[in-house]
Amino acid sequence: MSQAVTPDTPAAAAGGWSKRAGLLLGALVVVAMVSLFAGARYGMLLAIGLGFGIALEGMRFGFAGPWRAMILRREPSGVIAQLLSIALVAVVAIPLLASHPGELVGAQAPVGFAMIGGAFVFGACMQIVLGCGSGTLVNAGSGNPVSLLALPFFALGSFAGAWNLIWWTDLGALPIITFGGTSGLILTLVLIALAVGLFLWRAAPGAVKLSRRHAIAALVLAALAIGNLVVAGQPWGVVYGLGLWAAKGFSVLGGDLSASAFWAAAGSMERVQSSLLTDYTSLTNIGIIAGAFGVAAWRRGALSAALPGYPARAWVATVVAGFLLGYSSRLAFGCNVGAFFSGISTGSLHGWVWFVAAFCGAFYGIKLRPILGLEART
Amino acid sequence: MTRAFTASLSLVFIVALVGFDLVTSDLNPYQAPAAFALGSGAVASGGFCGALPN
Repeated sequence: MSQAVTPDTPAAAAGGWSKRAGLLLGALVVVAMVSLFAGARYGMLLAIGLGFGIALEGMRFGFAGPWRAMILRREPSGVIAQLLSIALVAVVAIPLLASHPGELVGAQAPVGFAMIGGAFVFGACMQIVLGCGSGTLVNAGSGNPVSLLALPFFALGSFAGAWNLIWWTDLGALPIITFGGTSGLILTLVLIALAVGLFLWRAAPGAVKLSRRHAIAALVLAALAIGNLVVAGQPWGVVYGLGLWAAKGFSVLGGDLSASAFWAAAGSMERVQSSLLTDYTSLTNIGIIAGAFGVAAWRRGALSAALPGYPARAWVATVVAGFLLGYSSRLAFGCNVGAFFSGISTGSLHGWVWFVAAFCGAFYGIKLRPILGLEART
Repeated sequence: MTRAFTASLSLVFIVALVGFDLVTSDLNPYQAPAAFALGSGAVASGGFCGALPN
């Protein structure tokens, strides 16, 4: 995320406004072009992705940072906002999924050994680079060099994790367990209330329980996530799209995807051969990066901040952690977005298991971050 | 070096990605699905992180 400064002169202010008008016009033109040449659904999903990026960067909201704040300083506001947003989506999504089966699908996946291990590793790695699935995209878009380097390796890891996914899930997994209908919604809301109660109980005395900024961010994210479900027919996700980018590159370079049970499946092959502008998660991912860039460019002075310095081991750690973020999130059937946010809000048990495993992993990631040299030197 | 450089690189990355995509695959708006999945009557078929291959 970036810092803003105020303009010094009227000329600077005028230049800022023309730049902002250009950003708005550029976003509208790109969304219109995608709508025209790919289809209205795809244009809307790009717009929703832009909304996610603008909301996350504009309100300085995310997933890794609030977990770190809760663990290190016992500040619960960000985590409670995440759970509030998930609850708001669940209130709409779970009934919609029940009333429109087939048209709409949830982020539902099985709990298994690899899924739990993957979530644990993801939780650790997202604290090492201080960026989760959405956070890596947002931070890269706003000029964070660590996330920018992690992003391509995240994509490669997602591709590789999907390649081996069947082997990993064969280690043992339960059937998919979902909380559907009215009873499922009530159970989901009760579990969210219990989680909120736990974080409030563990909060530091005097800590803000839910800041105004976090509450607004929760509302905006929930509205966008519901929009994603209604337009795409599936919840907000990140990781699949990143793996697809790498799969397309692999295929164009002559790689043979038929050696992988995942990528050789008919649906996967079709998506690899189709345009990324018709892939839902790719569109929202692109929108998130562009939206975060737009906010950083919109804020006066935000992009003139000097880049922090890191030792060589920090860059090596970023590459490794970036790859592991992608690989582990495929085994875990999603990242903080696809598994935690969308899994819980569409009634999947794996979302809850992911949350617990990743939160445990986060403790280790927080310990590793300074050892790996990722606390920036100024 | 400032964040303007790295933020610009991220924009170059997505422009290059979309450019590469447009060169290697085709778009056909006449085969596009309904604007909204909800109410379309069509079965959802997008790729997702939680999905196992069929």
